[in-house]
Amino acid sequence: MVEVQLRVNGTAHRLELDPRVSLLDALREHLGLTGTKKGCNQGACGACTVLVDGERITACLALAVQYGGREITTIEGVAHPLQQAFVRTDGFQCGYCTSGQICSALGMLAEVEAGAPSAVTEHLAEPAVALTDAEIRERMSGNLCRCGAYNGITDAIRETAGVPS
Amino acid sequence: MRPFAYVSAPDVDTAVRAIAEQPGAKLLGGGTNLVDLMRQDVERPTTVVDISSVPLTGVDELPDGGLRIGALVRNSHLAAHPLVRTRFPVLAQALLSGASGQLRNMATVGGNLLQRTRCLYFVDGAAACNKREPGSGCDAIGGFHRGNAVLGTSEHCVATHPSDMAVALAALDAVVEAQSVRGTRRIPLVELHRLPGDTPHLETVLDADELITAVEVPASAVAATSRYRKVRDRASFAFALVSVAAALDVEDGAVSAVRVALGGVAPKPWRAYEAERVLTGAPATEESFRAAAEAELADASGLPGNDFKIELARRTIVATLRQLRVEGGAA
Ligand SMILES: Cc1cc2nc3c(=O)[nH]c(=O)nc-3n(C[C@H](O)[C@H](O)[C@H](O)COP(=O)(O)OP(=O)(O)OC[C@H]3O[C@@H](n4cnc5c(N)ncnc54)[C@H](O)[C@@H]3O)c2cc1C
Ligand code: SF4
Ligand code: FES
Ligand code: FES
Repeated sequence: MVEVQLRVNGTAHRLELDPRVSLLDALREHLGLTGTKKGCNQGACGACTVLVDGERITACLALAVQYGGREITTIEGVAHPLQQAFVRTDGFQCGYCTSGQICSALGMLAEVEAGAPSAVTEHLAEPAVALTDAEIRERMSGNLCRCGAYNGITDAIRETAGVPS
Repeated sequence: MRPFAYVSAPDVDTAVRAIAEQPGAKLLGGGTNLVDLMRQDVERPTTVVDISSVPLTGVDELPDGGLRIGALVRNSHLAAHPLVRTRFPVLAQALLSGASGQLRNMATVGGNLLQRTRCLYFVDGAAACNKREPGSGCDAIGGFHRGNAVLGTSEHCVATHPSDMAVALAALDAVVEAQSVRGTRRIPLVELHRLPGDTPHLETVLDADELITAVEVPASAVAATSRYRKVRDRASFAFALVSVAAALDVEDGAVSAVRVALGGVAPKPWRAYEAERVLTGAPATEESFRAAAEAELADASGLPGNDFKIELARRTIVATLRQLRVEGGAA
């Protein structure tokens, strides 16, 4: 067992963990924070997306012991206009992917704010990127939605970012 | 997942000592490949040496204008770096075309280089796979091998190396720096990975106790006009069927400098030396681009399910060079 101090949504938790425990399982099984979902457990679906020091990661491929002392934000710690926008735009049906979509979108918007390019950005040398729908879709490709609510998700993100459609 | 001892290494010296002392030890970078493979029982380290907080996170300019990239720099941070975007756009594009936003935030440069193949049978414990279990056979050859290689293969293994970043680094003459308790050495990136031959389980020239500390990309004028083009089954978040990293300079209508490397088609990032030889000094025309592509793929050999990659690779080489000629680089 390894001792690890996890800071989640502003609260510090001291845990004794088998080093095999993923950050996702630590959140769900050890801290009871079941808002973060497990889909594939292989990094491929994005349902487990959380923010670490403001950056989005997939918690299923993270070992909890690697993230001691970092500032972890799960959907339980998020209160953001983006959530209302998801409701307004039908950005979900069953809702299973939604907490991952929201955490991912918040991380993504911070990346755009910082001027980070994406694979569809045409001129990489330009320091700022315009958040077109193509940019949103490319940047959100790590989050799958089996219900296919992609149009609503794109609308919610565009609205929240203040980009006219 | 099998149990393992966990060691968190604060610095390189501690890490290299730990992997030297524990023969079954593995380094843990972002974990996006190692944790996945441990869960599938393909990787079975007895000790995991966590280097994810070792401060090899700098992207520093070298005196000649090249870059020294720390092995723990995250893929997303490297892609967003202004010097990478302006001087080596092919590298930024390659990084951005790999995996997803979340995974690029976790993935490190060292781990990306040493990620294992995505061959379906490699991760299937019930299948024969010479790479996972030497001497057991290769179920990909008679099975589903759409994603597998057409260059540099052997009768023992036809796996591809899946990294996009490494293809750009191969085109850019990058050099890998590795450290162990015995000292530090430098390895040209194109010599880091081995071809399978009859030992497909040996994938690189690194010893088990060596740690990649940095990658250096030398200054290159032609790199400013470069692109990465990735062809895949989906528009995003999929591994390459074929990819091309290329840089091109043209003077008076003739190719004055060119770099080409291929991904998705070989067991290692494939520097296209033959294509470069044909192109250098030739008129920068569609005919030359096609001749170069033909020359590079001359020795390619596919299987029924993946021989489409040979023509796809030729066409993608031509399309990338044409785009560089007409539109310039991605910067
Ligand atoms: C769903 C999914 C999709 C993906 N799609 C793509 C894609 O399209 N293109 C692409 O290129 N990649 C893709 N990847 C792979 C991803 O890029 C790699 O998993 C990642 O780059 C590995 O980096 P890491 O730091 O997480 O490595 P780890 O998992 O930490 O390590 C990988 C290997 O490298 C070794 N290692 C790590 N660091 C060092 C070091 N400094 N020195 C020596 N050895 C070291 C480890 O021991 C291990 O064997 C995808 C991955 C997933 C899960
Ligand atoms: S191609 Fe290589 S990795 Fe795939 S099954 Fe054959 S031996 Fe294994
Ligand atoms: S559960 Fe983590 S990406 Fe699918
Ligand atoms: S809302 Fe059901 S999976 Fe996305």
